Amino acid sequence: MGTIVDFFRNFPIDLLLIQTVNGIVTGMILALIASGLTLIFGIMDVVNFAHGELFMLGAYLGVIVMATTGNFWLALVVASLVIALLGAALQIVTLRPLLGRDPLMTILVTFGISLVLQNYALWQFGPVARKIPEPFTGHFTLFYLEYPWYRLVIAGLSAAIIGALWLFLKFGTFGIWIRATTQDRTMAQAMGIPVPWVHTAVFALGSGMAAASGVLFGPLVGVDHAMGLDWVLKAFIVVVVGGMGNLGGSIAAAIFVSLLESYAAIWVSPSQAVIVSFVVLILTLLFRPTGLFVPTPK
Amino acid sequence: MSAPATSPLVDVEGLHTYYGKSHILNGISLQVGPGEVVGLLGRNGVGKSTTLKSIMGLVRPSQGRVLFDGTSIAGLPSHKLARRGIGYVPEDRRIFRYLTVMENLRTGLDRGGVTEARKQELLAKVFAYFPVLAERRNQAGGTLSGGEQQMLAIARAMMLEPRIILLDEPTEGLMPRMVSQIGQIIDALHREGVAILLVEQNVPLTLAASQRIYFMEKGAIRHEAAAAALKANDPIIHQYLGV
Amino acid sequence: MTKIRDHHTIVFWTGFVVIVALLGLAPLGLPEFWRRFLTEILIWGLLAMSSDVLIGYTGMISFGHSAFFGLGMYGAAAALILFSPPNLWLAIAFGLVAAAAVALFVAYFSIRLRDIYFAITTLIFSQIFYVIIFTWTDVTGGENGLTFTRPRLSLFGLFPVRFTTYTMHWFVLAVVALSYLLLRRVMHSPFGMVLQSIRENEARTRAIGYAVQRYKMVSVMLSGLFAGLAGVLYAVQKEFAAPDFVYFLVSGETVIYNVMGGIGTLVGPIVGAAFFLMLRETFSRFFTEHYLIPVGIIFIAMVIFTPQGLLGFARRWLNK
Repeated sequence: MGTIVDFFRNFPIDLLLIQTVNGIVTGMILALIASGLTLIFGIMDVVNFAHGELFMLGAYLGVIVMATTGNFWLALVVASLVIALLGAALQIVTLRPLLGRDPLMTILVTFGISLVLQNYALWQFGPVARKIPEPFTGHFTLFYLEYPWYRLVIAGLSAAIIGALWLFLKFGTFGIWIRATTQDRTMAQAMGIPVPWVHTAVFALGSGMAAASGVLFGPLVGVDHAMGLDWVLKAFIVVVVGGMGNLGGSIAAAIFVSLLESYAAIWVSPSQAVIVSFVVLILTLLFRPTGLFVPTPK
Repeated sequence: MSAPATSPLVDVEGLHTYYGKSHILNGISLQVGPGEVVGLLGRNGVGKSTTLKSIMGLVRPSQGRVLFDGTSIAGLPSHKLARRGIGYVPEDRRIFRYLTVMENLRTGLDRGGVTEARKQELLAKVFAYFPVLAERRNQAGGTLSGGEQQMLAIARAMMLEPRIILLDEPTEGLMPRMVSQIGQIIDALHREGVAILLVEQNVPLTLAASQRIYFMEKGAIRHEAAAAALKANDPIIHQYLGV
Repeated sequence: MTKIRDHHTIVFWTGFVVIVALLGLAPLGLPEFWRRFLTEILIWGLLAMSSDVLIGYTGMISFGHSAFFGLGMYGAAAALILFSPPNLWLAIAFGLVAAAAVALFVAYFSIRLRDIYFAITTLIFSQIFYVIIFTWTDVTGGENGLTFTRPRLSLFGLFPVRFTTYTMHWFVLAVVALSYLLLRRVMHSPFGMVLQSIRENEARTRAIGYAVQRYKMVSVMLSGLFAGLAGVLYAVQKEFAAPDFVYFLVSGETVIYNVMGGIGTLVGPIVGAAFFLMLRETFSRFFTEHYLIPVGIIFIAMVIFTPQGLLGFARRWLNK
């Protein structure tokens, strides 16, 4: 009896709450990355292996713009736009020719792109990690910690961007075009919707979102050429767990997985905490392969 | 009563189309004049749908010429054809099930170069033709009945303000009341000057609605006649539709 | 018809013997670096060939081969470290068992998934093993890996003889050549035919009545076994094991060898591996460690323009 009481008394409630906040913050950024990925997959049936590299290049662009102008928000906008354009260019050059072929070819091509972009970044920026300075400092007290406002702001911004995306898809002509293309590509085209350009635009959109995540996340971690790899893996797990092509599912899964990992980090090291996401994936594949948050398979 | 032949709106010549190794279209040649309603009759499987798909660019012909308003359109992607004024209503309707009725209409309505006033006009016109669509404008397309979906499919094509509509078996699976409604729509479109290439199994409707009829067999046009010259139990009809 | 068959058989075996002979004699005329390089090409070729069983014959793109390869490597390492004197055949046995176990594990979860899901899942599994190996420092040496001594080549414990670069090369060549013949035999057997049928049209194969899941499972295990064998050979040649080889990038490179060389040919991937490694060597001289930029671009171009790969034209012939 005494040990149970002791357990609850010693239970790190405050640590738990701090990790909850951390988990939500990381989860929102992961959700932003995963949304782009699931958007591209849901609409174009393309598994974008290069997504992590677009994230990484966005972060690097953020570093450069910050270094020249000192304006974080400008960095965010510039990085997103430039990488969106890069994404569009990549899609036109490498993915359009693959239309109609075995969809697995797109995995190979995007994998190749990821290798090229990674090494390009290594070549241009060298192996030493850079940092994006926080746009503003300032903390508030969360229990015994000085918790930076910035972290809450990026969570909020990520949520805002995702929300804007959702609104864009729901209303607006382009949103209708995207949804029509997803449901019936042939009829969409027969209705005058320029499907090839819809695909390019969606890829650009996803790329821009990845880049924005990179800039937002930059101040929290070091920016280096390999940062894309870990995140793309997590993003893929999130996308599968959330149900591929399911925007809401990916967001829920991102927060879910991040929270679990944050809690796990209380007891084990961060590099071991990633096992949590692996376990979640395995369980999902075993019991609900269409996605944890998908009600019933259609 | 021979009127001078105006140049055709759609001119197909020597069209050959394959599905894999199957030689479906074996040298199709037909024409549709501006504002004309032309029927395409034939048994199941002779290639009527494939003809429409070949014109619409949904299937690539291996050989042959397709002219729209004098210019060649063979090989162009279908979204360009839709923009040029060819509407397509497929055999199984294929409305966007998870889009609302209004959003379905907007896929054709939201085009460059159309004023807001014109869009409202088009919507009003289509809702006048199909009041049921006005009622259900915010409902998902998949919740509509078969007949309502057919109306939506036609209305959607009308949003493009097309010069010609390719209509593939619009009355299939519909109740008689709806069938006659389809007939009225075709007449109304004809009065507006929209040409129609009508693929059908329903002979009386086709005879009533069309000016000319083509008869197809085994991937080729075998016979052409003015609709007025045919009666419902004409031996030619039996020959090509095998009833 | 038999005449054509015989003709084909003669040409095939002649070609086979000639190529193996060339590969066997080559080290005699090459400087040391290139000797080892050639041996390495063969080992990576074996890995790529094992992956062709899945990709080219069963139609399942897998990014999990680094797990099979790596576990084969670590399995062999375990045998070579735990037992004294280090025994080659024990190393092979351990490596194969480890790889088979991993293959079983991966197969169980993944085969129900179609195409893209399967590819991603195998990738994630290979990462799972990477993380486990990387963090379980006590057992696996973590980041630094394991080093050990090379065993001697002996038959049934008799006449143990040290490996030289020559004998190592011939040993590897023998293993790879035998593996090729064995895999070829299997792919041409009724079992292999079913696999190819699954690749062509899985639903129809299932409708005909084949237990598709079971065939896929065996296919994954077969593929995993030979990948593990490659891992064992690598461990024996290099005398160390490191987690880098379990990282999914190795799987990715394997798939690159397959596509470059031509899937569905078994030899194609070996050629693809050779081609890639040669490109890497060449570009390294100009671009140092950034060789992946031009090589990656070449790979992308090949996927778009020549998806059948270098030996793709010979695919039907090789499978007769």
